[in-house]
Amino acid sequence: MVVFDKPHALADVPMHYCPGCTHGIVHRLVAEVIDELGIEGKTIGIAPVGCSVMAYDYFNCDMIEAAHGRAPAVATGVKRSDPNNIVFTYQGDGDLASIGMAETVHSAARNENITVIFINNAIYGMTGGQMAPTSLPGQVTQTSPYGRDVNACGFPIKVCEMLSQLDGPEYLERVAVNNVKNVKNAKKAIKKAFENQVNNKGFSLVEVVSSCPTNWGLTPKKALEWIDEKMIPYYPLGVYKDRSAE
Amino acid sequence: MSDKVLMKGNEAIAEAAIIAGCRHYFGYPITPQTEVAAYMAKRMPKIGGTFLQAESEIAAINMVYGVASTGKRVMTSSSSPGISLKGEGISYLAGADLPALIVNVQRGGPGLGGIQPSQSDYFQATKGGAHGDFHMIVLAPASVQEMAELTVKGFDLADKYRMTTMLLADGTMGQMMEPVSLDFDIAETVEKPWATTGTKMEREHNIVNSLFLQPEALERTNFERFERYKVVEENEVLYEEYMMDDAEICIAAFGIAARVSKNAINEARKQGIKVGLIRPITLWPFPSAQFAKAAERVSSIISVELSMGQMIEDVKLAVEGKVPVTLCNRAGGMIPSPEQVLEAIKAANNGGDK
Repeated sequence: MVVFDKPHALADVPMHYCPGCTHGIVHRLVAEVIDELGIEGKTIGIAPVGCSVMAYDYFNCDMIEAAHGRAPAVATGVKRSDPNNIVFTYQGDGDLASIGMAETVHSAARNENITVIFINNAIYGMTGGQMAPTSLPGQVTQTSPYGRDVNACGFPIKVCEMLSQLDGPEYLERVAVNNVKNVKNAKKAIKKAFENQVNNKGFSLVEVVSSCPTNWGLTPKKALEWIDEKMIPYYPLGVYKDRSAE
Repeated sequence: MSDKVLMKGNEAIAEAAIIAGCRHYFGYPITPQTEVAAYMAKRMPKIGGTFLQAESEIAAINMVYGVASTGKRVMTSSSSPGISLKGEGISYLAGADLPALIVNVQRGGPGLGGIQPSQSDYFQATKGGAHGDFHMIVLAPASVQEMAELTVKGFDLADKYRMTTMLLADGTMGQMMEPVSLDFDIAETVEKPWATTGTKMEREHNIVNSLFLQPEALERTNFERFERYKVVEENEVLYEEYMMDDAEICIAAFGIAARVSKNAINEARKQGIKVGLIRPITLWPFPSAQFAKAAERVSSIISVELSMGQMIEDVKLAVEGKVPVTLCNRAGGMIPSPEQVLEAIKAANNGGDK
């Protein structure tokens, strides 16, 4: 009897992520949802630029690699090309909330019928740990070596709160993947974000508060604790918009 | 013979694109090409197509990238400053070998420049125009009829070679009205087994991508791409020759500059000067062989341009110093007059025999 198996939508290849990185968990949750909804054959995923740039090798559905920050625009094209297809983007905080903010806001405002998985780990991982738009006040990074000074470089951007002010989006929820309970909630949210698209409800974004042990300079375990101690107080978990529940 | 309709150049592009099977248009308003978007906004919803005014030129070109990834015909249009913004996406389209049509109705630059016609994006269009080694097929119409015909051809070439085609027009071409026949031959549909249309659980997944972290692999994609470019250079060069049979002086000009030059040539011929025109219709691939051949018998070549002299570099490369090549130009939105071109012809004529 098989008690644990790899989801079909997840490719059986080694991933390049660092030990303790939570990308692997989120990839798996997305793949499980694709399996459960039986949509792999009509799903097209859009990978970002950042740590998950090579996500196109990790999912068995058709994949497109987008320019930095442009995944929601690419997804818009793919979805408009054939609205029967299921289109998701998988983006980090630099990609989605810095260079791609315009594409994020406008695809949400249009209620584009796509699913956005947003990994918020408060740092640029791929380039070696620079300050992100979501880096916390005082957070030490390669480009904020004395801690993020909000007087000089402003405050972190709370994406769910900001987008919730728009009339457009269908569903916005922030989750975390630092313990079993949170992972289960994250799975529920991701599933809902895909189901919304299947049911033609519109733009659904799940922000996943994630860890980056390598660039935070913490052990994997300490990094998960740091999510509870520092990240979640600044980025409270919960549903920020759910039009079908209103 | 089919009926002709009176159309603006920009509208002719839009209708021709629809006839060519394009059902997805993404754009952002900018003068002097906005009629393309306005026409698409009216027509697309009526025929089950997509017109979407994007939040920026950058978003528009990436929406094009999305549709192109699924293998459907797709286009965007803009004018010079907007094309610069699209540069990133154009490079990605090239890197992922995606077919698409991009229209540039050029205006004067650099910077915000002006809104009057120009040909000063020649370098940008023909030499790549963004990061990395790549080319676009660049088509230069000189009439409203050609705006339409080359739009259709642009889609066909893009599909055939998995390349981006740029229709390089200018403000005059976009705004002028002429009778057009919209009776086109459409090439056969090209199979696109690489497209990301969903696996249907029947095949391995397709990946549209321009990232190759291993330099050996990236180099290979570059060499393979340029092998394909070589085929385009060998097979797809288009040009028009006008009064070149006995010409002793040759004018090189495309687009509106070629039309002005024809007026000057007619006048010069009346005055007994044997001058002709080679008009490149494809700016990339460039009709280098035709200019090299002309250089065997003419005494000089005059490049007539609405720029500070950009195509002239390709003409010089083609003739390899065999004959002098001079520039007759206006810039910044100004158009050379037939009189100015005639003066340049006379000066060349007085320059003596070869």
